Amino acid sequence: MRLRSLSIIWISLVLLACPAAYAADLTGAGASFPYPIYAKWAAQYHKETGHRVNYQSIGSGGGQQQIIAGTVDFGASDDPMPLDQLQRYDLLQFPAIIGAIVPIVNLPGVAAGELRLTGPVLADIFLGRITRWDDPAIAALNPGLKLPAHGIVVVHRADGSGTTFVWTHYLSQVSARWAAEVGQGKAIKWPTGHGGKGNEGVAAYVRQIRNAIGYVEFAYAHQNDLSWAQLENRAGRFVQPTQDTFVAAALAASDDDDPSMGLMLDNQAGPDAWPITAASFILVRKRPIRPERNQQVYAFFDWAFSQGAALARTLDYVPLPDPLVQRIRALWSAP
Amino acid sequence: MSRFRSRPWADAGFRQLTRLFAFLVFVLLLGILGSLVYGSRDAIMTFGPAFLWGEDWDPVRQNFGALVTVAGTLISSFLALLIAVPVSFGIAWFLTELAPMWMRRPLGIAIEMLAAIPSIIYGMWGLFVFVPLFQAHVQPHVIGLFAGVPVLEHLFAGPPMGIGLFTAGLILSIMIVPFIAAVMRDVFEQVPAMLKESAYGLGSTTWEVVWKVMLPYTRQGVIGGIMLGLGRALGETMAVTFVIGNAFKLPSSIFSPSNSIASALANEFNEAGGLQKSALLELGLILFLITTVVLALSKFMLLRMARKEGTR
Repeated sequence: MRLRSLSIIWISLVLLACPAAYAADLTGAGASFPYPIYAKWAAQYHKETGHRVNYQSIGSGGGQQQIIAGTVDFGASDDPMPLDQLQRYDLLQFPAIIGAIVPIVNLPGVAAGELRLTGPVLADIFLGRITRWDDPAIAALNPGLKLPAHGIVVVHRADGSGTTFVWTHYLSQVSARWAAEVGQGKAIKWPTGHGGKGNEGVAAYVRQIRNAIGYVEFAYAHQNDLSWAQLENRAGRFVQPTQDTFVAAALAASDDDDPSMGLMLDNQAGPDAWPITAASFILVRKRPIRPERNQQVYAFFDWAFSQGAALARTLDYVPLPDPLVQRIRALWSAP
Repeated sequence: MSRFRSRPWADAGFRQLTRLFAFLVFVLLLGILGSLVYGSRDAIMTFGPAFLWGEDWDPVRQNFGALVTVAGTLISSFLALLIAVPVSFGIAWFLTELAPMWMRRPLGIAIEMLAAIPSIIYGMWGLFVFVPLFQAHVQPHVIGLFAGVPVLEHLFAGPPMGIGLFTAGLILSIMIVPFIAAVMRDVFEQVPAMLKESAYGLGSTTWEVVWKVMLPYTRQGVIGGIMLGLGRALGETMAVTFVIGNAFKLPSSIFSPSNSIASALANEFNEAGGLQKSALLELGLILFLITTVVLALSKFMLLRMARKEGTR
């Protein structure tokens, strides 16, 4: 009796598991930054076409390793793979979604978007060279603001992350000292400050520690009402982090003809470009064991580029601008 | 009965089976050690023994050292013991000697339930509740109190942030109190009533009974309980990550941010590759060795105490 009921449970479990296992057409893995939008796209795509896309956020490093090993149909990474590696592993790379990173502050009496900062000042703060909010360098940028006569508490990511990669890539662009003393990477040796785990860890520290400054993804700052700062872009204009300034940065970079498609969108020249904008990338094998799989991956992202833009905006991501999408489609059809 | 007698191999078979299980633990331990050494071979070859006292942790320049995380792990665990041991002792003492009978069971169960709370809850409570209160109402006063006092001034220095080594130690102590207290209470209850009654009969105070009769009698169990707590504190990950500050810098005071081995592993492993991953695995190996040494030391201490007892 007992045995029979057990075997009934077992059979029904197997029956339940089987359709799921066979219908999960495509698998992808990698970066956690674009996970919310890829998951949303996958759900909507399944609803409209019946095809399943199973994306797992295991980190950019993991995404690169998995596609090299060929265990997934596509990998995802926040830091673009350089051309020589793409050639060595015979991979194809293209950007799929754009996001932005914003500095966030906890300054009593200063509202979101009021504080103005420049790249070099930001780098000096994170280098520990500017240590007080009433430093002349900050005061000169903010004549109308009453800044506290207190020390600056620097908060950074403690975990290795694509967000840190873009942030330090930007600081290396705008500050020669940062490039020489610290450099860029997903995890770096921080000259000063406290480390929080994840966007939520950094946000929690900044929210709770007065006079703190940190950096998070824009989506996170926007959805949690954190107080961000304006930044001066390469054109010398102060800009707010908005969909428009992110798109401006993406457009400014669209005519970049880098064959690796590893576009870095930070510190772009456009007059309205938000200076810390970043694309997240997809990697596929050029010669997969089953070529029809690649066509399915392309079909999914083709759908995402044409139908998924509104969905991306609701999650505070930026869909790729048209010129970029045209280049990616050309890349797919190239032999 | 006859059923068993007809199968003479059952006894021997069962013995072999249990032996297999026991050896499995041993094999597992060796397997962990082996894979840690294998995984960290790149870092061991590159840095040699200097890894142990290297202060640098620079993924960009690929230069790694363990000193900061080892110091952070040891200091935060030591702070945790410093707070947890007296408190646990008080709890166990109260529950076995002083509390009225009807209170003992519910209180004991409440303490054991503390041990069942997942560590991330302690971490979140620490970050969202304790840190702001501590930062605003306690830390400035403590820093002010010791300002100007030699030595102590440096021990309690720094801007009041709320997060840092001390907070990590305190959260850890809350987490290990239930373990230590539960073991202490259990061993205190093992003390034969006759022994205690004789001491009371000779006119001892409760204080004397606990210090001179119960504690010597239960020493092994008490130290075992403390070591159990220390083992948990050394390896605790999530709760520490939340409040320690995650800064790869040698602490200058107990309020400064630092890092622990487990916390560094949790933070960096996901996106690490190459030499960094190897260095992280070597940190894991060091943690493994630290816990082994701590355990061995406690056993050694007990042995020596037992020998001293014999010569008296």
